[in-house]
Amino acid sequence: MTLSTLSPGLILVLGGLLLPLLRGRGRDLAVLALPLVTLAAVWAVPEGTAGIVDFLGLAIEPVRGSTLGRLFATVFSIMAFAGGLYAVRHARTLELAAALVYAGSAIGVTFAGDLFTLFIFWEIMAVGSTVVIWAADTDRAYRASIRYLLVHLFGGVVLMFGIAAYVAETGSVTFELMQLEGIGTWLILAGFLVNAGAPPLSAWIADAYPEASPSGTVFLSAFTTKTAVYALLVGFAGSAILIPIGLYMIFYGIVYALLENDMRRILAYSIVNQVGFMVTGIGVGTTMAMNGVAAHAFAHIIYKGLLFMAAGGVLLRTGRRLCTDLGGLFRTMPLTTLFGTIGAISISSFPFTSGFVSKSMISQAAADEHLAIAWFLLTAASAGVFLHAGIKFPWFVFFQKDSGLRPPESPGNMKVAMALFSFLCIFLGVFPAPLYAILPFPVEYVPYTVAHLVSQFQLLLFAGLAFFVMLPMMKRTTTLTLDWDWGYRHLAPRVVHWIGHVGSAAWSSFAAGPRQRYDAVVGGLFRAHGPHGPLARSWPIGSMVFWVAIMLLAYLLLALL
Amino acid sequence: MSDERTLPPDHDHWLVRPRTIRLLWIVFIAILVLTIIPDLFIDQYDHFGIEATFGFFAWFGFLTCVVMVVAAKLLGYLVKRKDSYYDA
Repeated sequence: MTLSTLSPGLILVLGGLLLPLLRGRGRDLAVLALPLVTLAAVWAVPEGTAGIVDFLGLAIEPVRGSTLGRLFATVFSIMAFAGGLYAVRHARTLELAAALVYAGSAIGVTFAGDLFTLFIFWEIMAVGSTVVIWAADTDRAYRASIRYLLVHLFGGVVLMFGIAAYVAETGSVTFELMQLEGIGTWLILAGFLVNAGAPPLSAWIADAYPEASPSGTVFLSAFTTKTAVYALLVGFAGSAILIPIGLYMIFYGIVYALLENDMRRILAYSIVNQVGFMVTGIGVGTTMAMNGVAAHAFAHIIYKGLLFMAAGGVLLRTGRRLCTDLGGLFRTMPLTTLFGTIGAISISSFPFTSGFVSKSMISQAAADEHLAIAWFLLTAASAGVFLHAGIKFPWFVFFQKDSGLRPPESPGNMKVAMALFSFLCIFLGVFPAPLYAILPFPVEYVPYTVAHLVSQFQLLLFAGLAFFVMLPMMKRTTTLTLDWDWGYRHLAPRVVHWIGHVGSAAWSSFAAGPRQRYDAVVGGLFRAHGPHGPLARSWPIGSMVFWVAIMLLAYLLLALL
Repeated sequence: MSDERTLPPDHDHWLVRPRTIRLLWIVFIAILVLTIIPDLFIDQYDHFGIEATFGFFAWFGFLTCVVMVVAAKLLGYLVKRKDSYYDA
């Protein structure tokens, strides 16, 4: 193993682990410098594999440089820097350290040349992000982080089984474009999709992310789902099944965000919506579509980070998170309002913002492939994005009614971080060339035509008209919206409880027969131990063994697959 | 500052005075009209035979948004719960 086979992501992973040793300015400096060092290291990695390491007979490629991986690693580094700048004054060291590990492992995935390396970084990511949520140090956050961890451990197990089966089927551990044949590739796809927030496990995003600290959510918004987008791009580009999955995610995100009252949960649903655009594009799979997905992921991380930064500033200053409690904050938080609005128009793909030059490539790719249903749905969804995130978020937080709150402006470092991302949103929108230059394929797309400008303005502004016309129907209520997670948050605990009741009764009657015979044979011995003999005490152990057996059976069934 | 809400509307921030809001609506509607007019002169891409019709993106954007809001509202009757639902 040589130095070149060490992943650039390790700089942040190790830096994050050592961060708690630093204090004061040294710590702050490390938080800001490590992502920049990583960015330089990312660009120093040459194309192609840096070397193959033999591990248990598997050909491990810890570092493989590619245009696509570099694009994702670049925006992950930028995000780690801006997120660190945003967080550095208010976040706990635990959160900052976990965020660096989390970002580093995401970068590790983008350089992974084999599935084994990918899996290792994938799991570090799950742990790092869980600790980021944990660091909010509230009871709600703790419980949400455990639910989050369970979903991701489940996804990890699925991915691990998939990789094992894939290696057994093909004899190769190389991470490359896969065909959906055989159980291995299907399980790998499912493992990736869990992290993308695909159905039925979409709810973890809106469940867990908004429970993190104001800065924690900024980090969380960037890495997990976009790493999944990267993995899907490499492994499953052109898999048509991703088109309906992506379209479902798009409209799930819109509808749930429209029903939501918590400002950061609105933005969390909107992540699923945006990743849905990317998943759809991956399903289309042409070079135009893949360029669009890569560009959109890059732009998305920046404007979504910006939106969560604005929301975090509001949360930090007001302590409120519900739209029903907020409103009218533009009076005393004009800069946060401005930055939040720039994020909002960027996510809506307004001309001269980053969303305009990236998302339209995905729609264009669908049109070029004559995918009529997909194109009409994507177009409707583009209007829907403006509706659920572009207007709804700034309107209910910064405008609508006067809540009477007069919070001070966001702190200075947060304003600088927001200013940086606002600048990037506009810069990439006006000058898309630098972004287009680092896309995986040569770009033939011209975003700024008169026809495109006119159609986009029509679509968005009339969506805006619909918002204000329909405003009475969108009055916020102090409610949450049930999702598939109702299964594991509400139903499953009750079923387990019920089975515990019925099961122990059934076990008693089932065991009654054998017990009589047993009693007859060893009755004397039994009596020697008195009325509280060992058998009587073994009942709870017996039912526990019963459950262990059930678990082992389930495990065995999974292994046999 | 905090008793601003009890003052007459004209004493509130200029942006939320009724006169400003009326003006904003007028400007907004004027811009909406302006975005449709170019459809008389330019050719849209025409992959599916409908996008090139007059004002397609305007009515399509408006109608689909209305549908999405109504759909969300209807779904809400089914799946909305008090926000303390899971705390119990």
